[in-house]
Amino acid sequence: MSHTADVIVIGAGIHGCSTALHLAMRGLKPVVIEKDHAGRHASGVNAGGVRQLARHFAEVPLSVASMELWERIEDLVGDDCGFTSEGQVLVAETEAELESFRARVDELRAMGFTHEELIDRVELKKLVPAVSDSCPGGVVSRRDGAANPFRATQAFRRKAIQLGAKVVEGVSVTGFTRQGAAWRVSTTADTFEAPVIVNAAGAWAGRIAAMFGEPVPLEVIAPMLMITSRMPHFIRPVVILRGRKLSFKQFNNGTVLIGGGHLGRAYPDTNYTELDWTKLRESARTVWDLFPIMRQATIVRAWAGIEARMPDDIPVIGPSSTAEGVYHQFGFSAHGFQLGPGVGALMAELITTGSTNLPIAPFSIARFSNAIPKH
Amino acid sequence: MNGAPVFENTYDVAVVGAGPAGLAAGATAAKAGLTTIVLDENPAPGGQIYRAITTTPVRREEILGEDYWDGQKLIQEFQSSGAQLVSGATVWSISRALEINVSQGGKTHLINARWIILATGAQERPFPIPGWTLPGVMTAGGAQTLLKASGLVPSGRVILAGTGPLLWLLAAQILRAGGDITAILDTTPLENYVRALRQLPGFLLSPYFAKGLRLLTEVRRKTRVIKGVTKLEAQGKDKLAEVLFATGSQPATRMAADLLLLHQGVVPNVNLAMSIGIDHRWDELQLCWVPVLDQYGNSSVPGIAIAGDGAGISGALAAAERGRLAAYAAVKALKPEALSHLPAEQILLQALAKAQAGRAFLDTLYQPPKHFRIPEKNETLVCRCEEVTAGQIREMVALGCEGPNQLKSFLRCGMGPCQGRLCGLTATEMIAAERNVSPQQVGYYRLRPPIKPIQLAEIAAMPQSETAVKAVVRG
Repeated sequence: MSHTADVIVIGAGIHGCSTALHLAMRGLKPVVIEKDHAGRHASGVNAGGVRQLARHFAEVPLSVASMELWERIEDLVGDDCGFTSEGQVLVAETEAELESFRARVDELRAMGFTHEELIDRVELKKLVPAVSDSCPGGVVSRRDGAANPFRATQAFRRKAIQLGAKVVEGVSVTGFTRQGAAWRVSTTADTFEAPVIVNAAGAWAGRIAAMFGEPVPLEVIAPMLMITSRMPHFIRPVVILRGRKLSFKQFNNGTVLIGGGHLGRAYPDTNYTELDWTKLRESARTVWDLFPIMRQATIVRAWAGIEARMPDDIPVIGPSSTAEGVYHQFGFSAHGFQLGPGVGALMAELITTGSTNLPIAPFSIARFSNAIPKH
Repeated sequence: MNGAPVFENTYDVAVVGAGPAGLAAGATAAKAGLTTIVLDENPAPGGQIYRAITTTPVRREEILGEDYWDGQKLIQEFQSSGAQLVSGATVWSISRALEINVSQGGKTHLINARWIILATGAQERPFPIPGWTLPGVMTAGGAQTLLKASGLVPSGRVILAGTGPLLWLLAAQILRAGGDITAILDTTPLENYVRALRQLPGFLLSPYFAKGLRLLTEVRRKTRVIKGVTKLEAQGKDKLAEVLFATGSQPATRMAADLLLLHQGVVPNVNLAMSIGIDHRWDELQLCWVPVLDQYGNSSVPGIAIAGDGAGISGALAAAERGRLAAYAAVKALKPEALSHLPAEQILLQALAKAQAGRAFLDTLYQPPKHFRIPEKNETLVCRCEEVTAGQIREMVALGCEGPNQLKSFLRCGMGPCQGRLCGLTATEMIAAERNVSPQQVGYYRLRPPIKPIQLAEIAAMPQSETAVKAVVRG
């Protein structure tokens, strides 16, 4: 059977679902094709950080725009997505690190962004009393916070469907052919036709891009997370580090999530991930050093999600350089959750108007046109 | 045990669990000359069935029964084999590269094995009736552990409720130890007797037939047994006060009680195997997940085999035979020239077939009814750790939740310290029933290590794996 749509979005992660929602809000009929189910991978199992703090400068405008959507997320999707705004704090472990943070905050100010604020030892202790006394200060982004990633992805999916989008799950894309001005998408089930295609396939987006003749050096990664049993409340903001890899957050129920980007092994063909305890040991050591209270903590679970990383750690967003009507939205390199609402809106704007208000040139897929794809 | 055990970096065979399967596997592999370690989390070997067999304070042999003391033969065979046993050792992670993280004495050790045999045995099936979390309600298995390990006999007004061989065995053991049982509320559906008849000829050949009959007669002579119980609730304010029950369509009766021991069979303990990504399938007769295995017990992950009740419930005798067979396959793979030291493959397979005879009868007769596996009342707790009720799960399914992993995300169901052991089967069966699909289609929680909670401090102090050390040297 064949279906027609205005746009075919591949991948029902938070990005695919957000783009579908914003396209539907603009009156289009998108179809989302998902090989598993919405939020099955990185979008559903990440740490849930809603963070503008410490982003690549190219991402800052997108992140700030996305933050505005997070702050009215309930109006947008009809669900609060578990979003709370207790701030995020980047902790400096040394004076030298604090100095580099100062330079960064100054540079952001010069660009007109004020969400990052340098803090001294005293303010750091006030915001994060449990942090080790050895830390000289840090940076806070007070409006940042965290959300429940699976719930958020599901909320975008649900709202998109309410507004007329279709989400087809458990179906994989197998190929594309050009039919006049439209693309015909063959899948493991039905065939779909639309003039526009959005590749939001996460860790599998490299395969989709390759089908359009533009291979990218996308690396499939499996960032790992650990969670503790319930502990007395001792921290409100999310804490992140720069030198050593750590992100650290306590939930309302008292459990503490420990992440930060140490990688396990990903098996994208079987959806399996394997944890690497040598690296989780590093996370445990960092926590041990920074939060003495955590030395009594018990780890009850660890896991990993499958995600795409680009060599320069920033995503691919924008039109294909080889195929007309094809757009890319992937490679968020383990920090794409917060960007979901904003980039979905931007993508809908790009598809319907042909341009965007925010600068997206740094994310062009053409930046890899001379690169040799990794295997 | 004298001092801390010494772990080698590498063993030919590592066995997880020192119940009948693990002991037999360890002994067989060691006898063939393979370096063998058996890791067991209990203080002493024996597993559940032969728990504390080397240390129990229960002196009178007839209390625990001759089947229990039979375990001594396995212990002796093991002790003379040259295999190393480490007790108090919790295996909390195994990788597909056959690296084992094992916690012992507050420290995690990393062991590499060329072959791994999982003999993690069985656990009791959840029995989620109203009030099952009240103090004064516990599992029959829990009571049996106290009896074997510490000689504790339940006192006061004791009611046993449920179905399955272990319920009757525990009743006999309590009575022989001088305990009293107010009543046994037998939840075995009466129609199961009819269904099981077809399997009776096979069971007549089983070693369990005569023993089982004697056991039932012994218990029935000494205590009140109420058959065909179709409704069961534990009631009380802060602790158990009464058990409410009914048979057939009769009005409910109340019985005062100090202790209610629940049991409705055992199921494979799959957490470790699933955390390695070993393929499992839903067993429609035993109503649980069982690993997909070949005739030796080899799993879908190369180099990892599963023996004993963890491979599907078959009882202690079959467990030992499966242990021998799994070790035989390990020897065949690692040191084929040593096969001559072992019994022939055909003999091992025949011994297993004999030990498994009549299993279908027991599985059919003691298949617990749906209304005790899937709570009918919405306020009944399913996930004890996170206090998730049956009603909340039904609500989520109505909203489009298709499997247990989505339940985790929405309700935290299965995310507590027990890691789904007490709610997983209920969650799967409930979602399947609500969606009107098979449990196979619904699936199970994705399990990941650590399969038992572990101190952050212990992870921080872990040794580096060899591959990581090499990477550092090279760098």
